[in-house]
Amino acid sequence: MKTIKLLSIAFIAFSLSISSCKKDPDETPAPETPGVTTGNLALHFENMVGDSSLVLNTQHYVNMHNDTFNVTKFNYYISNIKLTRSDLSVYTEPESYHLLKADDAGSLDFILPNVPFGTYTSIQFMIGVDSARNVSGAQTGALDPANGMFWSWSTGYIMAKLEGTSPQSTESTHLIVMHMGGFSGANSVLRTVSPSFNSATANVSSTVTPEIHFKVDVQEMLSAPNTIDFSVLNTIHMPGASAKLVADNYADMFSVEHIHND
Amino acid sequence: MIALNACEVDPPIKEELPSDNIHLVVPEGWPAPHYDFSTNPLTQDGFILGRKLFYDTKLSRDNTISCASCHQQFAAFSHLDHRLSHGIYGLFGTRNAPGLYNLNWQTDFMWDGGINHIEVQPTAPLTNPVEMDETIANVVYKLQNDPDYREMFNKAFGTTTVTSQLMFKAMAQFMGMLVSYNSRYDLYMRGRTTLSASESNGLSLFQSHCSNCHTPPLFTNSQYLNNGLDTAFADAGRGIITGNPPDMGTFKVPSLRNVALSQPYMHDGRFGTLQEVLSHYVSGIKNSATLHPSLAGGISLTAQEQNDIIAFLKTLSDYTFIHDKRFNDPFYN
Repeated sequence: MKTIKLLSIAFIAFSLSISSCKKDPDETPAPETPGVTTGNLALHFENMVGDSSLVLNTQHYVNMHNDTFNVTKFNYYISNIKLTRSDLSVYTEPESYHLLKADDAGSLDFILPNVPFGTYTSIQFMIGVDSARNVSGAQTGALDPANGMFWSWSTGYIMAKLEGTSPQSTESTHLIVMHMGGFSGANSVLRTVSPSFNSATANVSSTVTPEIHFKVDVQEMLSAPNTIDFSVLNTIHMPGASAKLVADNYADMFSVEHIHND
Repeated sequence: MIALNACEVDPPIKEELPSDNIHLVVPEGWPAPHYDFSTNPLTQDGFILGRKLFYDTKLSRDNTISCASCHQQFAAFSHLDHRLSHGIYGLFGTRNAPGLYNLNWQTDFMWDGGINHIEVQPTAPLTNPVEMDETIANVVYKLQNDPDYREMFNKAFGTTTVTSQLMFKAMAQFMGMLVSYNSRYDLYMRGRTTLSASESNGLSLFQSHCSNCHTPPLFTNSQYLNNGLDTAFADAGRGIITGNPPDMGTFKVPSLRNVALSQPYMHDGRFGTLQEVLSHYVSGIKNSATLHPSLAGGISLTAQEQNDIIAFLKTLSDYTFIHDKRFNDPFYN
């Protein structure tokens, strides 16, 4: 278990207390405008290191290996967002590619428009960019190679990037440069995840734009199942075993902190 | 016509071509192209924009190097007499610049096949520190701030907002139009010319000894193979991309079309002449774990047979292609 048990109990209790005071999830408000059957759903991502909000550059942290480090860059793609309603019907966001960058607060908040009204009980998304878009030529928007998340020597997207420094890093200037990419076969660092709503729901209606708040924990990226020792692993520049170690870690760096329905 | 106003820096683009000249030719007997423009509709304006980008030094960090600096039309868009090419600040790369033609029949690019789509191919030379050393974002910025380019993007794609995607699609239109299919060999295959006795003998020898890998009509089987250059690999080639031991020291089998126009040869340009290449296959093959088995021990060819093969290889030169005015430098024509 990566999560501290006490915390999870408190968290579940907190989630339950939210769900106990909200409306019946099956009661979807009738649309106010005739013919309109879709609304908005907001996603908010808060980057964390353990219990602290991530502060770039200036703040130093200690990883599970007891290495000190700071973070200068933390970027990641999420794609192919799917939302499931209480009746198990699924909404799939079209053209679902989002690049989140710790140094661009605007990128950490976005709205999914045209979401059918309903009570949503779970979310699923991919960490990274699906293999199809890695082999389909020039892309734009979040997938523009100008965003610096694209390898040109062996073309494909860098799915997630963590950069910083650590005195323990054996790199000549103590850098940490971890660029995780690889979209095919055994080298794939794509991970499809479904962070639990913990019994909460997101109720999209004509009057409510629910907001799902995620925590994205750098500490998780550096530990469990694979505790990262910066003196051993500090630089990742190609697909392969090292990138997969980190991918297995970041597969559970997302958690739903809470959901607003107001 | 392209407007001539506000054009002090760049010479005007040459006269536009009849639009019916801009279409992809699929020569008879060739396989269907891998990239057929179905996701990037080929237009005259898109092609003209792509051509200007190909020849424009703006694509490099200090505005000195264009794609054409290392891909010259008279050398079938390779870099003649350059073992390796010099990029920005006179820095040298590590591999020989290949000729550019029949690219729509390729599924991946570069000697190591690291690039999986023609549209993203330019990302490599654009950003390589020893080639053009630019950022994609800054190229887009430079183009966006150039009124001529804004106009050309508008004509090609209906928007004055430059994006890297549109830039790469335009470049793919130019690069994809580079089809070489009018060599003397091609005319011979169409029954429109004859080969000399030496050339004809060379063709027979080629079919026996070379065409398993350099397979017509593209004169490559598109595989990554080790042709016995080294015992130990200074450059792991395809192995760098895949990390797989069987790929170490292998490189893309190059097309031999226009081979006599595009010396030097091999991934590192180590051989300056076709005779050196033939000598390598006859008596220079070096053994290693990944050597292609068909080359073990070399290929047995007499001096005359080697000469005949070279005579045949020269029939693969496509002078129509290297003189095609559609592909000329628009800055100097």
